[in-house]
Amino acid sequence: MQRVVVKGLGNAIISILGASLIIFVISRLSGDPVSLMLPIDAPKSAIDELRRNLGLDLPIWRQYVLFLSHAVQGDFGNSYRWQMPALQLVLERLPATIGLAIAAFAFSVLLSVPLGVMSAVYRGSWIDQIGRVVAMTGQAMPSFWVGLVLILIFAVNLNWLPAFGAETPVHVILPAISLGWYPVAAQTRIIRSGMLEVLDSDYIRMGRAVGTPERLLIWKYAFRNALLPLVTIMGVYFAGMLSGAFVVETVFAWPGLGRTVVEAVFARDYPVVQAGVLVTSIVFILSNLLVDLSYSLIDPRIRL
Amino acid sequence: MTEQAPLLSVKNLTTHLHLRRGVVRAVDGVSFEVHEGETLGLVGESGSGKTMTCLSILQLLPRHGGGKLDGSIKLDGTELLSMSENEMARNVRGQKVAMISQDPMTSLNPVFSVGDQLSGPFLYHKLVRSVREAWKRAADGLRNVRIHSPEQRLTNYPHQFSGGMRQRVATAMALACSPRLLIADEPTTALDVTVQVQIMSLLKNIQRDTGVGIILITHDLSIVAGLCHRVAVMYAGRIIETGKVRDIYRTPGHPYTQALLEAIPHLGEKREQLTAIPGQPPSLLDPPKGCRFAARCPKRMSVCDDYPPGFEVGDGHVVHCWLKADQR
Repeated sequence: MQRVVVKGLGNAIISILGASLIIFVISRLSGDPVSLMLPIDAPKSAIDELRRNLGLDLPIWRQYVLFLSHAVQGDFGNSYRWQMPALQLVLERLPATIGLAIAAFAFSVLLSVPLGVMSAVYRGSWIDQIGRVVAMTGQAMPSFWVGLVLILIFAVNLNWLPAFGAETPVHVILPAISLGWYPVAAQTRIIRSGMLEVLDSDYIRMGRAVGTPERLLIWKYAFRNALLPLVTIMGVYFAGMLSGAFVVETVFAWPGLGRTVVEAVFARDYPVVQAGVLVTSIVFILSNLLVDLSYSLIDPRIRL
Repeated sequence: MTEQAPLLSVKNLTTHLHLRRGVVRAVDGVSFEVHEGETLGLVGESGSGKTMTCLSILQLLPRHGGGKLDGSIKLDGTELLSMSENEMARNVRGQKVAMISQDPMTSLNPVFSVGDQLSGPFLYHKLVRSVREAWKRAADGLRNVRIHSPEQRLTNYPHQFSGGMRQRVATAMALACSPRLLIADEPTTALDVTVQVQIMSLLKNIQRDTGVGIILITHDLSIVAGLCHRVAVMYAGRIIETGKVRDIYRTPGHPYTQALLEAIPHLGEKREQLTAIPGQPPSLLDPPKGCRFAARCPKRMSVCDDYPPGFEVGDGHVVHCWLKADQR
């Protein structure tokens, strides 16, 4: 177990380093931030001086080394635009994004797990059909559009739920549904096919033969066996929600990291982009590590 | 023994399975009895309906294509076929009738500890008041099937047991609530020969101690000889011959039974080739009207186009073959 955690963390560090290099190079391909920071008619001397101050006159590899050596100390530089430390800005916005991702994740699990299990238990019945429709609808609609429709129905017409902002827990409902509906289709299918296989297995028949109540048989003895592939795909989708949240955050004016990074990209605010993307990738990598570690809790045959 | 009311009485049991290609009568008008303390061997080749007969008794047919059951299955005089699924689960399965299945590698749930699985039946049938008590009873169960340090073994998972040990665990699970009838579906097929003997003697001892009636499904006639009191031979969904083990071995009445016995190689015998029965069993999608073995039978007659009724050729020895018509 310990060995695996250490190994997993080692791999994580390599992944993060790789991510940092890609982020650094790609953000620099978008153009010169100085031209956006100064008026169009600024004299050349002013431009040169600003570049020197920002360290942009150095060769790019030296900029990267500098960036790394500062980054490990938690210093990503100041935001060009918001005039505050980039990391501080990112960390301020991160909880809102994680909160939204967790809510969306909870929504997708609460919808797909019962739907997938019941679709398998009552294969071919109306529950199975409805499950398929609900799941496919989510996958067929882009999340920003779902968001707009939800706002139209529940905020504008029915006036039940707030359309934007993040003041109260109720505010998270609509963005969470918009973000969490998409993975429902894939998750439902994975659970359904896993359960179908398990329900026909010898040990479930054996469980039935000793008089195990049907509810326990399905939700305890069969479900845990069908859980492993689900956890794998859920890990991927959870990470996807973290990084893909910016569209939904924009629609619902959710004060999260995704929206901040998008704004920073438009402003060529390198420090914020770098800090934001790097922090997101760290969360991403850690959540995958958690998924790997959870395997052995689910299936005792997998010893870490 | 015959005067006593039978423990299990199956009359004219027919099991329809709905397959993609049509409806099949996997079990077709099967009747037999099992008495307390008795072992009935159910013998036949794969697909002859042995397993389906037993799954029908427990009403555990495959979920998809699980079809209609006709006839009568009485346990201690109570009709099982009129029971609801709920009643079967609560009062019959595990409590009165239990099953050991063929492959111990797949019959235990891989992601739950043995103690969790073994303690279940005590809780479901409300034989204990607490989980702790159920685990204690589970440990007793493991001790009964000769597993050492049962308390520690309860915390193990199935993959930490060998095949033979797993079959012991499965046996303990089946016997947890002291059922009246145990259905053992080829309990030793997947095991080494030495382990086979152990499991068989285990079953024998348990029967001696508890008087449980056993239906032993097998295609291994040597196991039948060692363990069973009576034998029923199945072919293509029907029982074609029943009788005491000794009668079946000494004077097999049906040509199929004779062929089965001849197919067993004996030590010290000079044989160039193993004897096989030519041909294939008929498709159950469209079974022949008459005797189902007729197409492969060396002694076929014109009367075989009608299905032969049972002819009693000895004490409890019944043969479904027209050759025995004159011996009545």
